[in-house]
Amino acid sequence: MTFSPALEARFEKFLAKYPADRKRSALIPMLIYAQDEVGSITDELIQELARRTGTTPMQVTEVVGFYSMLQRKPMGKYHVQICTNISCLLRGGDELWEQACKKTGLGHKQVAADGSFSLEEVECMGACSWAPAMQVNYDFYHGVTPKQLDVLLDSLAAGKKPEEIAEVKKVSC
Amino acid sequence: MADPVTMTINGREIQAAPGTLVIEAARKNGIEIPSFCYYEGYSLQAACRMCLVEVEKAPKLMVACTLPVAPGMVVHTESQKVKDARKYTLEFLLTNHPLDCPVCDKGGECELQDMVFRYGAGESRFTEEKLHVQEQQWSPVVFYDGPRCILCFRCVRACNEGMGVGALGVVNRGSVSLIAPNHGDHLECDECGQCIDICPVGALTSGTYRYQTRPWEMEHTGTICTHCSNGCKTTLGVRNDKIIRGNNRDRSGINGEFLCVKGRYAFDFYDHPERLQSPMIRVNGKLEPVSWSKALKHVAEKFSEIKARNGKFGVIGSNHTTNEENFYLQKFVRQGLGSNNIDHKRTGDVVTLIDALSGTTGTLATTADLYEGKTFLILGADLAIEQPFLSFQIRASMRHHAAKVFVVTSKEVREDAYAKKSIRKAAGSEIEALEELREALAAESDLVIVFGSSVKGEAVRKLVAFGESLGKPVKYCALVDYSNSRGAVDMGLMAELHPGYHPSETPGMTLPEMLADETLDALWVINENPLEAAGLASDKAFVVVQDLFLTETAQRADVVLPSASAYEKNGTVTNVCGEIQRLQKAVTVMGTKPDLEIIGLIAKEMGLAPAMGPWVSETVYGEIRRSVKGYDIALPLVAMAAQQTAPVNGRVNVADKSALIQGAHETLFTSGTLGRYSKVLNSVIEKRAGMSLAAQEESHV
Amino acid sequence: MYNQPHPLEVKVLTRRFGLPNSRSIDTYMANDGYTGLKKALEMTPEQIVDYVKLSGLRGRGGAGFPTGLKWSFVPRTSPKPKYIMVNADESEPGTCKDRLLIENDPHQVIEGAMIAGLAINAEQGYIYIRGEYRYLIELMDKAIEEAYAKGVLGENVMGTGKRFHFATHSGAGAYECGEESALLESFEGKRGNPRIRPPFPAVAGVYQSPTILNNVETYSAVAPIFQQGAEYFCGLGSPKNGGTRLFCVSGHVERPGVYELPMGTNLLKIIHEVAGGVRGGKKLKAVIPGGSSCPVLKADECDINMDFDSLAAAKSMLGSGGIVVMDEDTCIVKAALRIMRFYAHESCGWCIPCREGTTWLRKLLQRFHDGMGTRSDIVLIGDLSKNMLGRTFCPLGDAAAMPTIAFVEKFRDEFEAHLDGKPCPKENISRLVAA
Repeated sequence: MTFSPALEARFEKFLAKYPADRKRSALIPMLIYAQDEVGSITDELIQELARRTGTTPMQVTEVVGFYSMLQRKPMGKYHVQICTNISCLLRGGDELWEQACKKTGLGHKQVAADGSFSLEEVECMGACSWAPAMQVNYDFYHGVTPKQLDVLLDSLAAGKKPEEIAEVKKVSC
Repeated sequence: MADPVTMTINGREIQAAPGTLVIEAARKNGIEIPSFCYYEGYSLQAACRMCLVEVEKAPKLMVACTLPVAPGMVVHTESQKVKDARKYTLEFLLTNHPLDCPVCDKGGECELQDMVFRYGAGESRFTEEKLHVQEQQWSPVVFYDGPRCILCFRCVRACNEGMGVGALGVVNRGSVSLIAPNHGDHLECDECGQCIDICPVGALTSGTYRYQTRPWEMEHTGTICTHCSNGCKTTLGVRNDKIIRGNNRDRSGINGEFLCVKGRYAFDFYDHPERLQSPMIRVNGKLEPVSWSKALKHVAEKFSEIKARNGKFGVIGSNHTTNEENFYLQKFVRQGLGSNNIDHKRTGDVVTLIDALSGTTGTLATTADLYEGKTFLILGADLAIEQPFLSFQIRASMRHHAAKVFVVTSKEVREDAYAKKSIRKAAGSEIEALEELREALAAESDLVIVFGSSVKGEAVRKLVAFGESLGKPVKYCALVDYSNSRGAVDMGLMAELHPGYHPSETPGMTLPEMLADETLDALWVINENPLEAAGLASDKAFVVVQDLFLTETAQRADVVLPSASAYEKNGTVTNVCGEIQRLQKAVTVMGTKPDLEIIGLIAKEMGLAPAMGPWVSETVYGEIRRSVKGYDIALPLVAMAAQQTAPVNGRVNVADKSALIQGAHETLFTSGTLGRYSKVLNSVIEKRAGMSLAAQEESHV
Repeated sequence: MYNQPHPLEVKVLTRRFGLPNSRSIDTYMANDGYTGLKKALEMTPEQIVDYVKLSGLRGRGGAGFPTGLKWSFVPRTSPKPKYIMVNADESEPGTCKDRLLIENDPHQVIEGAMIAGLAINAEQGYIYIRGEYRYLIELMDKAIEEAYAKGVLGENVMGTGKRFHFATHSGAGAYECGEESALLESFEGKRGNPRIRPPFPAVAGVYQSPTILNNVETYSAVAPIFQQGAEYFCGLGSPKNGGTRLFCVSGHVERPGVYELPMGTNLLKIIHEVAGGVRGGKKLKAVIPGGSSCPVLKADECDINMDFDSLAAAKSMLGSGGIVVMDEDTCIVKAALRIMRFYAHESCGWCIPCREGTTWLRKLLQRFHDGMGTRSDIVLIGDLSKNMLGRTFCPLGDAAAMPTIAFVEKFRDEFEAHLDGKPCPKENISRLVAA
């Protein structure tokens, strides 16, 4: 299995972080960065990373199933994650989630037919004081109103980069 | 040893060695602490929380399976607090467990059932919907019913730690966690079924046993597996004279609960539709069924006639028949027929080893030594594939005693994964690697050496010399291939050796010599298939074959006598480590006779019965005790447990015939002729995939 | 900073927040950065541990274990390599402080970790950052690069000949990995199941080697302790509760935000003064004082000093500093349900009581909230929680049980209001989304 030179370089860096006989430590970081490039954790990827980390595909499969960010099926180009945990719930996380469902026509962990968006109701993402919060891929958005959500999703659908969307600012940078 | 710790459990003062876990200390004193995940011999989990106990001065209930005993510790295992904890843990467990006990194979043998019966609540407060997933078939022999699974992780550990295979894992998280096989929807593994055996509930069930019977409808017979040389005890579950199941849950025997795919499932050859159930005589070039009396008479007449004219007999004994049968056979051939032309398919150089160890004591390894030892050297053997129980023992020693393993083989083997050092050497030149290992081996306190068939003759002597030069206790095991290969050597199914390694004054023809002799008058083959791969040079030879099936050899026979398999007779067999064990008859197959009886009846027909003595297994065993060195062990002792036959201690002055030795390299999924007729062995994907690594590639005759 | 600072704040860990380029090593070093390390480099390991003890610092991850004491458990003479692990798997609902500490002052975390390294002769440290905080991983990587470039990290730490390496490690979404032994399993590339303890990480942590494992905020506090003095830090808090704490105020307040306040600051003061009071002038109903695992306080229990001991006395916990404020319109049953959904989702599945208990309670609370509960269910919710409590493998079971028990005991009337087929009185429709 081949990866982009950038990802290969990253893998090399990951593997160098841990003692030589502890390559398995690099497994989870490798999985999550590989997922970003490959789209999901495929069987082929499992085989490949098992080989590179000195584990068995069974061991990798066990790991993949444990972590909620690792997906066996590709999510959308924009994976919209809305927190409805307690702090967000108290400040409208529920309404935001419902709006996202309505807006995209998707439910929990569903992917749009064209692969553009996917939706996930997620657990606390560490933005409790700036609730309700959401993430699109790895970008954080704080204090999002249902109206802002519409604007954000429309802008992304229209091909705008997150940085270019003035109305709803991503805060993580 | 450190002084024992004194502590109190349920008001009783008990003593236990320091480091003992409370659950073990209690059990050893007859106090049962329930557990699902705790399993002797495997890593600790502390997951099921069934073994919570009250420890005075501890703020909360403690897990008895990870808590070491301490001086003055006061434990209560039956207090109300403890009982409540058990009851409510079971209540939690039952929330997602389908109560389909009436149709569950495990019903009656289920640990969850037993625990709920003992400790559980009479009613459930759970009124929500249960989780459900479909049952899956992972292999012809392994089925998984997720909802029944209580996630005790016993199966995962049996596979990872016990077998070194790691074919099972845990997927998902939380209450939707499941056990999963290594190849997505199916297993590719040893198919040993240990996972099924160890499952406390009906989550993992056996493809061959499922829905066949209720466990209490079976009768159980403890006997010895008839496949490889390791001699595992298998307890056969029999219902209506049919073997339904093989396992060894009571952990009796040398193997504890270990069984490989052959021991657990491959008894099934015994009722293969092609099983011979009537004697046959060749009439007009075709084998026709006849009565036993007619067939025996015919054999006796021909044998008597050949004997009378001083004709040439060739007799090939079996690696599977009992010691009694082998002893009786060689006695009949040597004394009755007056021939020394007797041999068997030789699979390991036991003879040279015994000779080389002459004058030493305690140098032959037992199967227990393969667990107790701290250092192991494996030469020329794919142990996990060819000697599965020995491999299991060494892995257990690795886990429990931090044993060090050194490997010298021609190809990659499973032991490489945990070996201190693995060296590749071509088959036959393994001992060249010894010097490279000298320093490492010399640093250890003891050593057990096991070697395969490629180490033979002079190499064995060099190996023993090397072992002696290390200056520490070294034990040896010459690997042989079948259930009574070792016994066949001990009982003198050898052209040059009489029972007990007494050299023959007039050595007879060896197996290949018999087949190559154009003037051979009679060939008598007992449960062996020499013509599978070789021709019979003599056209005129009268061929008598005793077998279960119409093998290539049987097809050439003039008389075919259907014999009983190991599961259909009594007697003793001797395993690879020289441990004698008892076969017990589990079933009867109509029309067949045990080989001992067949040989006896032939003798009788020839008028030689008085000289040969009764063909009663126990009587023949008595004679073995008296005349075979090392076998003077009372049968009741053998009936109780495997006994190592004391090694012959003296030179074995015979010509080196080790060139005749040819390892069969049977894999987990082959077993000579028997394997061909095992439905299970032929149904598993691993056999087709040729997973057996090195073994299958090595050509053999 | 995502919220305005408040004048009542005592800025110690956050004092560089808001400075231009606060996360750069230059800004850091221009503002006392790495002077604590310099001081520690001149101390013996024993002195460092004693100094941390003197500061009164207690673990900021949730349990509040005295940090110096924890460090003293590491067998320094062990022949094994020693490790420093920074727990940045922040995921306790109500908690969002570690994110800020890394985002605004990553070098403070590195410095704290390096001082810990000196305390046990460790030469390698890692920071396990939750996978969702991808931008923080990248940002921390940059900070680490700077520290190497400046000779702070590496083979010759600040020219002393000592060695210390530091690297980021990404998680991939699992609350359980915030539990220290589960984090270690996850770090080794395995499922994040907790380990059997003892041995504790101090003895057998990273790769079964002696390890100091603390929360981001704990390490962040170590740096100023050495920069500004242990006595100074200790004096900021209340007895036995040294220093300041980052309180994450969320929920129904006018000015939710993360505020650094002295340990022991009164909760009502935090809500009413610092956070601007209950939103829209509503009445206060309840407060979760330290993240979702902590038993809820009723409004009349909120006159309490926010330190470990005061909250323990009130049968709750200071936890991770996540103050979740609920006003009079909040449906407590719904809050209990949402929290239980979280624990059921995050239960690792290792032990029976937690795995089955949280799922049962989630289903039960969902049904109950949907108006299909019975009076006996109210008892059952408490019973099941108590049957988990103290019997699970790791603290997650307790974390699910404790708040639930408190919700039922303290707000039984709200549960009763859901009886007799009545839907949630606080809203018209209740959602049915599978966790």
